[in-house]
Amino acid sequence: MSGKGILVYAETVGSDIHPISFELLGKAREIADKLNLEVWSVILGYGIGDKASELIYHGADKVYVYDDERLSDLNVIAYKNVLVDLVRETKPEIFLIGATPWGRSLAPRIAAALDTGLTADCIDLQVSEDGKLIQIRPAFTGNILAYIETVSKPIMTTIRYKVMKMPKRDPSRKGEIIVRKPEKIDADGIRFLGKVSERRVNLADAEVIVAGGRGLKKKEDLKLLEELANLLGGVVGVSRPLVEEGWISKDHQVGFSGNTVKPRLYIACGISGSPQHLAGMRDSNIIIAVNTDPSAPIFRHADYGVVADLYEFIPRLIRFLKEVKGREGGGIERA
Amino acid sequence: MAQQLRIIVLIKQVPDIEKVRFDVETGRVDRSSAPAETNPFDLNALEAGLQIKERFGGSVTVISMGPRQAESSLKDALARGADRAILLTDPRLAGADTIATAKALASAIRKLGEFDLILCGEKTVDGDTGQVGPEVAELLGIPHAAYVCEIRDVSRDKITVVSDMGDKYLYELELPALLTVTRELNSPRLPTLKDLLRAKRAKIEAWTAEDLLDYISIDQLGFQGSRTRVVKVVIPTTEHRKGIILKGEDAVEEIGELLLKEVLRR
Repeated sequence: MSGKGILVYAETVGSDIHPISFELLGKAREIADKLNLEVWSVILGYGIGDKASELIYHGADKVYVYDDERLSDLNVIAYKNVLVDLVRETKPEIFLIGATPWGRSLAPRIAAALDTGLTADCIDLQVSEDGKLIQIRPAFTGNILAYIETVSKPIMTTIRYKVMKMPKRDPSRKGEIIVRKPEKIDADGIRFLGKVSERRVNLADAEVIVAGGRGLKKKEDLKLLEELANLLGGVVGVSRPLVEEGWISKDHQVGFSGNTVKPRLYIACGISGSPQHLAGMRDSNIIIAVNTDPSAPIFRHADYGVVADLYEFIPRLIRFLKEVKGREGGGIERA
Repeated sequence: MAQQLRIIVLIKQVPDIEKVRFDVETGRVDRSSAPAETNPFDLNALEAGLQIKERFGGSVTVISMGPRQAESSLKDALARGADRAILLTDPRLAGADTIATAKALASAIRKLGEFDLILCGEKTVDGDTGQVGPEVAELLGIPHAAYVCEIRDVSRDKITVVSDMGDKYLYELELPALLTVTRELNSPRLPTLKDLLRAKRAKIEAWTAEDLLDYISIDQLGFQGSRTRVVKVVIPTTEHRKGIILKGEDAVEEIGELLLKEVLRR
C-alpha cells in the first residue's frame, strides 16, 4: 500500500447509511486498484458508530468515525469543518461525495475551503492511460457530456445516485476503524429546527415509473396512470407543468429541476419531451412514449413510441394486462 | 419596522436551452443559435429579493459575470425592480470554473461593502453545477441554505427557511447569509413595458478584473484561476434506443407483451 488514498464520504439517513455511499465505495475500489491507492471512508452523525464495518464490507480499507451528538442534525458548517480538518490531515488524492441534495450543498463549501476543483454530478469516472482521473458529467441541461480533469488536490467529485454499480457486500473483508472525537464543533450561524415534511414518494429508487405530462386534461386523470403504475409495481411521475398546476407534489416531478431517475422502465404519457424533462429520465433502461403528436421530441429518445391518444391507449393496455393476469392467476408477480 | 436589508442577487445569462443547438461532430455548443435569457432559477432568487425588500425596506443589488451582452439580463432585473446592477466583464475573467467564478463574485461582494442577504438560483441551465452559491458563502465565511423552497420569516439578524433535500428541513440562519432557491419558492413577476423602457436607458456599472484586485490576485481569476479543465465534450446520441414506432390496434398487444416480459413475468 502506498499510504495514499481515495476518501469516500458516507452519507447517512438518520442512523442508516445512504446506499449511494456503497456505490461510491465500489467505484473508489476500482480506481484505487488501478492507481495503487487505499480506499478510506468517513462517516459523521450520532448513533452511527456500529455502521463503520458495513463500509469495510463494501470496499473501504480504513474508516474514520465521528459519532457525536453535536453532529445529529444536518448542519452544513459543522460537517464541513470536520471534513476539511480530516482532508488537511490525511491528504487524500481524490475525495468522492454523493450528488444528493445534501452532498451538493456540502461539497462546494469543502472545495472552496480547500481551494480545490470540484466537478458536480458526475455519471462516470475513468482513469486515462497516463493515470489521470477523468470525470464525466452532463451539462447544458443534460444535452452534452463534459470530460473534466482536475489540476489541484484533492480531486473532488460529486457523483449521481444509481450510476455506479453497487459492490458486493463481503463480510470477510478486514479494515481499520478509527474513532474520532472532535474537540470543538463549530456550527455557527445555522440552527436546525426540525423536519417539516417527508418526501411522499421515492422516484430515485423506483423500478417502474409511469409519467404524465401536458397531455393529461385534468388532475383526476392521474388516477389512470396510477392504476397502470400499481399494476406494474411502479410509481407515478410527472413533468413540471403538472406540479406547477398544483395537481401533485414536487416529489413526483421528473426533470432538470425535479428528480433524476433511472428506472428499468419509464412510460411517458402525454409528455412531449422538453430538454428539461429529458434531462431527468434519459438514462432510463427502457423508455416507452405515448403521444398523439408523431413529431414530439420524446419519440427520438424512446425505445417504443406509440402514436396514440393516451385516453384510449392506457385503458386498453390496463385491460390487456388485467385479462392476462386473470387468465394466469397467481402466475404473474409484481416486479 | 425599519430594517433596510441590503440584498444581493447573483444572476447569470444563459442560452435559451429549448433552442440552443449542439454540434454532434465537434461537441461544440453553438451559443449563437439561441437567444440569451436570464437563468430561470435566478429569476426566483430576484423575486425573493424584491419581495423581502418590499416588505421590510432595503435595497436589491444584482451582480452578474459575463460578456457585455449580459447587460440585457441586468437591465431586465432593473426593470423588475432591482436598484443597482453590476456586471463583471473582462476577458481575464473568462473561462472560469465554479471556484474561479465564486472567487470573482465574492470579491465583488466584498468591494460592495456591507450586506445582509445573498440570493441565487439553485443551479444554471448551462453549467448545471449548483456549486457557485455555496462556494461564495464559504469564501465569505457566512452560512448558507441550499434548495430553499420557502422563506418563513425574516428579521433584522435572522432568516428562517425551508430547505428541500427530498425531505424538507427547517433552518434558521444568522444574517448575513446566502440562499440558493428552487423554482417552487415563488412566481417571478414580469416587468411592465414602462419599466422595460426606463431600464433600457439605465446605466449598468461595468467592473473589470482591475476593480477586484484589492480583494483577490489576478492568478485566482478566470481560466488561470480554475482548478478544473474541460478535456473534451461529447454530445450523447440516442442511437442506442430502438426507436420502434407503433400505431393502431397492434400497439396495445405489443406493449402489453413487453410489459409482461420486462416487468410482470421477470
